[in-house]
Amino acid sequence: MQKYVSGNVGTRSDCSVSYSPHDNPLDVTILSKVISMYGDRMEELTKKVLNDLHIQTGSIVVDDLGALPFVLQARIESAVKMATPQLKYTSLPEIKQKFQYKSDRNRFRRSRLYLPGNQSKLMLNAGIHEPDAVILDLEDSVSPSEKSSARLIVRNALRVLDFFGAEKMVRINQGDLGILDLEQIIPENVHLILIPKIESADQLLWFEKSISQISERVGRKEPVYLMPILESAKGILNAYEIASASNNNVALAIGLEDYTADIGTTRSLEGTESFFARSMIVNAARACGLQPIDTVFSDVSDTDGLIASVKEAKALGFDGKGCIHPRQIKPLHDAFAPSETEISKAQKIVIAFDDAESKGLGVVSLGSKMIDPPVVKRALHTIEMAISIGLLSANWKNKLTE
Amino acid sequence: MKRNSELVKNAAGRLVPTIVNGKKGIPFKGVNGYFPDGNKTAPPIKSCSNYPLDGNKLLGTLKEALIKSGITDGMTISSHHHFRNGDLVMNQVFDIAAELGIKNLRWFPSAAFPCHKPMIKYMEDGVIHHIEGSLNGPLGQYASEGKMNGLAVLRSHGGRWQSIQDGEVHIDIAIIAAPTADSFGNATGDRGPSACGLLGFGLADSMYADNVIVVTDNLVPFPCIPWQIQGNNVDYVVQLEKVGEPEKIVSGTTKLTRSPDRIHIAELTAKFVRAAGIMKDGFSFQAGAGGTSLAFAIYLKEMMKDAGIKARFIRGGSTKYLVEMLEEGLTDYILDGQTFDLDGVRSMRENHGHVNTSPFTSYNWHGKGNFAGILDAVVLGATEVDINFNANVVTHSDGLMLHGIGGWQNCLFSKCTILPIPAFRNRVPIIVDKVTTLVGPGELIDVIVTERGIAINPKRTDLIESTKDSGLPIRTIHELKNEIDDLVGGAPDKPEFSDEVIGVVKWVDGTILDSIFKLKKYQID
Repeated sequence: MQKYVSGNVGTRSDCSVSYSPHDNPLDVTILSKVISMYGDRMEELTKKVLNDLHIQTGSIVVDDLGALPFVLQARIESAVKMATPQLKYTSLPEIKQKFQYKSDRNRFRRSRLYLPGNQSKLMLNAGIHEPDAVILDLEDSVSPSEKSSARLIVRNALRVLDFFGAEKMVRINQGDLGILDLEQIIPENVHLILIPKIESADQLLWFEKSISQISERVGRKEPVYLMPILESAKGILNAYEIASASNNNVALAIGLEDYTADIGTTRSLEGTESFFARSMIVNAARACGLQPIDTVFSDVSDTDGLIASVKEAKALGFDGKGCIHPRQIKPLHDAFAPSETEISKAQKIVIAFDDAESKGLGVVSLGSKMIDPPVVKRALHTIEMAISIGLLSANWKNKLTE
Repeated sequence: MKRNSELVKNAAGRLVPTIVNGKKGIPFKGVNGYFPDGNKTAPPIKSCSNYPLDGNKLLGTLKEALIKSGITDGMTISSHHHFRNGDLVMNQVFDIAAELGIKNLRWFPSAAFPCHKPMIKYMEDGVIHHIEGSLNGPLGQYASEGKMNGLAVLRSHGGRWQSIQDGEVHIDIAIIAAPTADSFGNATGDRGPSACGLLGFGLADSMYADNVIVVTDNLVPFPCIPWQIQGNNVDYVVQLEKVGEPEKIVSGTTKLTRSPDRIHIAELTAKFVRAAGIMKDGFSFQAGAGGTSLAFAIYLKEMMKDAGIKARFIRGGSTKYLVEMLEEGLTDYILDGQTFDLDGVRSMRENHGHVNTSPFTSYNWHGKGNFAGILDAVVLGATEVDINFNANVVTHSDGLMLHGIGGWQNCLFSKCTILPIPAFRNRVPIIVDKVTTLVGPGELIDVIVTERGIAINPKRTDLIESTKDSGLPIRTIHELKNEIDDLVGGAPDKPEFSDEVIGVVKWVDGTILDSIFKLKKYQID
């Protein structure tokens, strides 16, 4: 008898579900570490999911180590759909409206925490570490055998989990697999889609078209922001074309592992080999009003290295960096924070700007120096960040005049 | 049903038996509600001329020592657990008892570990009647299944001392496994191939047992300095080739948790201690060797350094991290109760400020005061807490008895008791409406720190006031409970218990705080 399995065997807070199709009436077996506490509810949920999916025959075995209901639900659906790919029904957990919120195109994107899409345990408390964004990843951190399950787990997670204000991002797969991802994700309250290995504007627009079709079909009004990730020589050379291709682009990111392999080298600590590519990203992004976002720093235990790497990224012009462990978030935010000198300079510029506005002057000047609009914009950004992390009081202007 | 005596409701509203292992049990009367009178127990009178004048008490074998101690049916044999899972002595003791055809012994260890699994066989063939002590691993499981004769009696470290001192438990033969000893019986734990730091859990045994046997694999010429155990209390000394497996006694290096949630909880706990004004010059705290406690100590250390604050003393379980604080001048003393890693053992040998203590100094109900109450803050774990701040450390929400009490109950008397615990483990919430087993009364538990917020006992209006503008996520325990129940799909179903008692939880004064009942359907993964 053929068995179709969705699961992380032996992973805590997860489960493994196997479905064996046959013609006899449904047969449900539940094995669980928490059976004495949740066994009845697990059986009830299993039957509900099978009912939602119009499955009346076959055997289901759930082997559980304390998975949350939304995970169990996704894994049952996934196992059944492995056996019957043409099945058009779904089984959605009830959406928790209190955990839904909007994003904003210009919000901070200093830190984005990568969460493998098939490892629900890491998602549950991700928001409490206060990253600017979480990335529910369907691409490189998910093995091929788990791709279809991860897609449903992420879909369900978007419906039921509280990410405590973090922007909700999903990294989809390349090509057709990515379209399958979008089908499940776009109807949910995702804020931003990361599209990997983009090399041309056409590639980006192909995905964008699919997103707008799905949005239209499900009546989605909220925008879906995009963050293309450039990970090849060709992508880097087309950076401006890609950055300017869509109004939904809010940020442009670089992926260095693949890029360095593509140009025939490996990553070094100094990063000389990627200087050109990173500068291209910064320039292309800035030219289009997008946020340039740097790659991840992958040594979790090296906090000093992380801080140095963030400071270097900031100096190059980047606005954000990826995290692979919650421990990286705070040092990263601290390193991106403006210095006292930067804040006081920004304050002077903003006051000069206010002054010019109130006098109806078209030109902002500080002392004898003229201040250009991008500098004013940057200063406003610096002030906003300083306020958000408590380095500056929100009513600093009043305090200044007191 | 063989063991059940009548059950009565105690002052905490819990049903407890009136007879425990053939002796009258006293139901819990309140946190400070039981004050027995009379005199403490005393060992038999001995005369020095009955011992070798040259001080050499060395015998050829452990068997000879047991025979000379008069081992016979029904006796109580005690041991300490400083060798943890690396103990090689106690299995041999009961092998000899079996060989001699002895029956119905009571083993009274301060704790038993997975290495003591062979005792199950001796309980089944009657050599051992039952074990009274913290039961970890297979023995805990065996007792949990209700297979042990007699009830499991769960006592705190202080409660064990109390039970010896007030005569509740009479020890016939005490076995003191010693990393280093001389032939007079002086013994120390801070050196030798099986070094474990100190021997405080065996101190009462050495003072109150009828017969005391020191067993060592590192015999030194008299005098053994320091003498943590005094030879003047010792009857016989036995030398074995090996008494312990060093790598299972202490760890080479204590590992820190990498769990982001636990690190977060530890950081919140340290911030709470700072915000509440507890962290000030001359303060004191106790933190165990669990992952979260260690991470807490590390965060607190950084905060103390930043603020230029020095502690007067820290109580261990000592580890490398506490030793670093001592050696960097962040505390005057470590008052150590048990040593968990090699740095702790080294420091105990080398540092004047690293002092060994025992449950007598720190935890004993019959002492004229003890150290636990002097502590400004203590950081402890728990398996469950309830909305009235009652806590459990011995059973899980599924009703299985899996852990001993250790010094946990005794520590509750500190000025601020903080339980940093994850809000849920796998799917199971930690905050419940009523704890499965009551081990710590809520009136002694001040703060619960979870990754999703900090709940302060409403009785501690002072803490609520001092932390209200701290920016910390202070929430009510009900809010936390509701949030987690919502996340995990509702509160768990309660375990179904039979009416058969398999164990009792003692309060620190020797009264019975709660009963552990046998599960109707026994399950374990």
